Amino acid sequence: MVQNNTWLNALTHLILILGIVFVAFPVYIAIIASTRGSFDFLQGLVPLLPGTEAIENYSRILNAGVSTSGAPPLGLMMTNSLVMALSIALGKIFISILSAFAIVYFRFPFRTLAFWMIFITLMLPVEVRIMPTFKVVADLGLLNSYAGLTIPLIASATATFLFRQFFLTVPEELMEAARIDGAGPMKFFRDILLPLSRTNIAALFVILFIYGWNQYLWPLLVTTDSSYYTVVMGIKRMADVADSEPQWNLVMAAVVLAMLPPIVVVIGMQKLFVKGLVESEK
Amino acid sequence: MQTKRAIFPNKFLPYALLAPQLAITFVFFFWPAAQAVKQSFYKEDPFGLSSRFVGLANYTKLFQEPDYLNSIGRTAVFAISTTGLALILALIFAVAVDRLIRSRNAYTTLLLWPYAVAPAVAGILWWFMFNPTVGILPYMLDVVGYDWNHRLNQTDAMILIVLAASWKQISYNFIFFLAGLQAIPKSLKEAAAIDGAGPVKSFFTIILPLLSPTSFFLLVVNIVSALFDTFAIIDATTAGGPAQGTNVLVYKVYQDGFIGLNLGSSAAQSVILMAVVILLTVIQFRYIERRVQY
Amino acid sequence: MSSIVLKDVRKVYAGNVEAVKGVSIDIADGEFIVLVGPSGCGKSTLLRMIAGLEEISSGEVSIGDRVVNRVDPANRDIAMVFQNYALYPHMSVYNNLAYGLKNRGMAKAEIDRRVKEAARILEIGDYLDRKPRALSGGQRQRVAMGRAIVREPAAFLFDEPLSNLDAKLRVQMRVEIKKLQKDLGTTSVYVTHDQLEAMTLADRLVVLNGGSIEQIGAPIDVYDKPASTFVASFIGSPAMNLIDAKADASGLAAAKGEGLSGANAYGREAYVVGVRPEHLKVLRGEAAAPADAALTLRMKVKVLEPVGAESYLYGELPNGGASLVVRVESHETFAIGEMVTLHAPAKDVHFFDAQSGRRIEG
Ligand SMILES: Nc1ncnc2c1ncn2[C@@H]1O[C@H](COP(=O)(O)OP(=O)(O)O)[C@@H](O)[C@H]1O
Ligand SMILES: [Mg+2]
Repeated sequence: MVQNNTWLNALTHLILILGIVFVAFPVYIAIIASTRGSFDFLQGLVPLLPGTEAIENYSRILNAGVSTSGAPPLGLMMTNSLVMALSIALGKIFISILSAFAIVYFRFPFRTLAFWMIFITLMLPVEVRIMPTFKVVADLGLLNSYAGLTIPLIASATATFLFRQFFLTVPEELMEAARIDGAGPMKFFRDILLPLSRTNIAALFVILFIYGWNQYLWPLLVTTDSSYYTVVMGIKRMADVADSEPQWNLVMAAVVLAMLPPIVVVIGMQKLFVKGLVESEK
Repeated sequence: MQTKRAIFPNKFLPYALLAPQLAITFVFFFWPAAQAVKQSFYKEDPFGLSSRFVGLANYTKLFQEPDYLNSIGRTAVFAISTTGLALILALIFAVAVDRLIRSRNAYTTLLLWPYAVAPAVAGILWWFMFNPTVGILPYMLDVVGYDWNHRLNQTDAMILIVLAASWKQISYNFIFFLAGLQAIPKSLKEAAAIDGAGPVKSFFTIILPLLSPTSFFLLVVNIVSALFDTFAIIDATTAGGPAQGTNVLVYKVYQDGFIGLNLGSSAAQSVILMAVVILLTVIQFRYIERRVQY
Repeated sequence: MSSIVLKDVRKVYAGNVEAVKGVSIDIADGEFIVLVGPSGCGKSTLLRMIAGLEEISSGEVSIGDRVVNRVDPANRDIAMVFQNYALYPHMSVYNNLAYGLKNRGMAKAEIDRRVKEAARILEIGDYLDRKPRALSGGQRQRVAMGRAIVREPAAFLFDEPLSNLDAKLRVQMRVEIKKLQKDLGTTSVYVTHDQLEAMTLADRLVVLNGGSIEQIGAPIDVYDKPASTFVASFIGSPAMNLIDAKADASGLAAAKGEGLSGANAYGREAYVVGVRPEHLKVLRGEAAAPADAALTLRMKVKVLEPVGAESYLYGELPNGGASLVVRVESHETFAIGEMVTLHAPAKDVHFFDAQSGRRIEG
């Protein structure tokens, strides 16, 4: 369409630049803070230009951590976060694709019930039923373990629902052709459905990886042993020091490192991620 | 509910396929939920030594408790402000990006990454910016004569968490609005232009109505997110304070349960929240199914 | 290769939709049968019951001498070509053809031989490494055919395989399918809603209407002697003129409007009288119909539609009677509102029961 409205175009760019400043500013401040020495905060204002202690701060936080907070070095916490994010993402994809397959390609008694049992948990985050879930995990002896960190978060409906939606769009005839070609259900699943789901799996992986990495309350509760701390919850321990200002330069270095992996994943896989996100909710 | 018209005839396989998810759902969703329901009818002493059945007392007490009613109010203020702010800003950005062609992808990338930031981290970022001693924003506010202190002032604390939550939510809404805008056939916009509608008029008469399914969807998602994802933001920043000023419902469940050890009340609050979520889920699903059908 | 026998086959879908109402057909070994009928008449359902993709509610389907009601589609020794081709999008053309053979544990060398052979026959040898998405519609159609023939099955089942092609390609593929089927001699059941496709392909036609068989027969027999008004209007294009007529000892008259006359061939009081547009002769002005005319119609001209080789003249009986169409020479011209006389000899006039619509024969 021909649009020759210079004013409107200028306004458009202005709005977007303001928007970007709004979203980027907090992170800019954090990055700046993470490059300064701890004395730079004593005059009572965050500096606005980078300092010289970036390497010092980052290597210290990665290898040693913040001594006063009882949190381990960030390197360990990042590893824990990675384990948690990967287990949750892969685990969810695995159990979800199987149950979506069952729901779409079979008819059996209690099918609708099974679907609703899964679906009802779609938006029921762990925060709401935190006490009793915590108790179940404690009773099962899963506190301070990777199993306890991940398994309770593995069942959620989002992934099942995405796969269901996707399977419904796969032409009926594909499965019929495969049946005539002599493929049983699991063979059809492996040879046809799984390869066709590749894009969806990748997109979902991005979303679920972020979900797993960003968990906060759950690791806070199920880990008391600091060797299982994850980075997002660990930062809070660092920032939460009694009776004194936190060591802002180190806390912000940790914040930057905690944001980095999921942001890299999102930007690196932007197309897939946007597609997966939008389709999972359609 | 939909299936394929032809299906595999196996009798037991589907149950085996569903087993892992149903097992986990049962152990970590339904069992705890049932426990919460049960617990909500009992009064337990804080050390878990004895408990007795009290019927609906936990519920009735809740609604007489000024703290709980206050928390409902705070939650409403928080949810409405966050949802409103995040939806409107995201819509403005999406419409702006949709107008552009060459720079569309660059702007999209620059606007969508906050999706990846953990709510707790988002909270800490804003908390740092608003920190009364070293933060940049209180310094600037001081220049215009406003004495910012979210540690003492409830309104300041609420503004802090609303900003942090909206900041985090905008990218998600932006992605959906942009996808919705791009799904509108170009011919419709062209037809409107030929019919003499200017950009503003065509936005309100063509674009906005066609976006209403997306907007409705986002409204529900934003409310749910405001109700629950807030937990991390609040715990990482205000911890519900000052003086209950930001103690929203989901945070109160945790506070009363884990910190106050008032298990019966916490369970009753859980049950109420679960009911709200399930209701929202069903509404959302009805709506999604309707759209998927054709 | 083998015969297919359907015995009183029924299909009732959930919600008591009876899609197929007791259909019996004997299909001979090597025969090309076309199931034809309007959309929703149950053609696909019937075909899918033969394939084993749809449960048979009652009745019996046999392929060869074996009742296959409870046999899995994979074990019925049939191959199917779908309207949307249903090619596996992530597999190369080669693997699309080979997949069914691999699943049956066939030796690699034999698979290769068969795939190459099918590719040669269908002239798709150059595309064996491509993915379906990199093929044109016509090429995809060939791959779908190839997937059926590599299997060397007892029967081919086709569900509207040409509907997604453009008109020109459709004609070309139609000819090829017919030739291929004759060469291979494989029993085939072919579903289409296109009567022309049905006429040109079939050894025998099965005309379906609302889940029941209206008529089975060779295409020319069905054209010459349609068993009902439904068949009469479905087979042939433009459709046969069907006019409600009343009759007495003195002859026929239009039930609505006027201008119809003819002999009361079966001594009844009412008929539906049928005559094809290509069988009517046109007289202009006040010329009288010849003595041997069994049916004479007066028509008020409304539209002339030239299609090139010929033209069709549309109009109606005077005073609000039935609509009529007649084939005329391509360069003849008519004025709107002109009155013409149409007539046909006895052999071209069809009589149907006024109530049931069934054909009446002496
Ligand atoms: N899975 C189904 N459930 C219920 N009714 C169906 C189903 N499939 C087809 N039908 C109905 O059965 C009738 C015949 O369908 P079909 O065999 O597909 O017709 P055709 O192929 O002749 O167009 C239609 O009225 C259709 O609506
Ligand atoms: Mg059909």
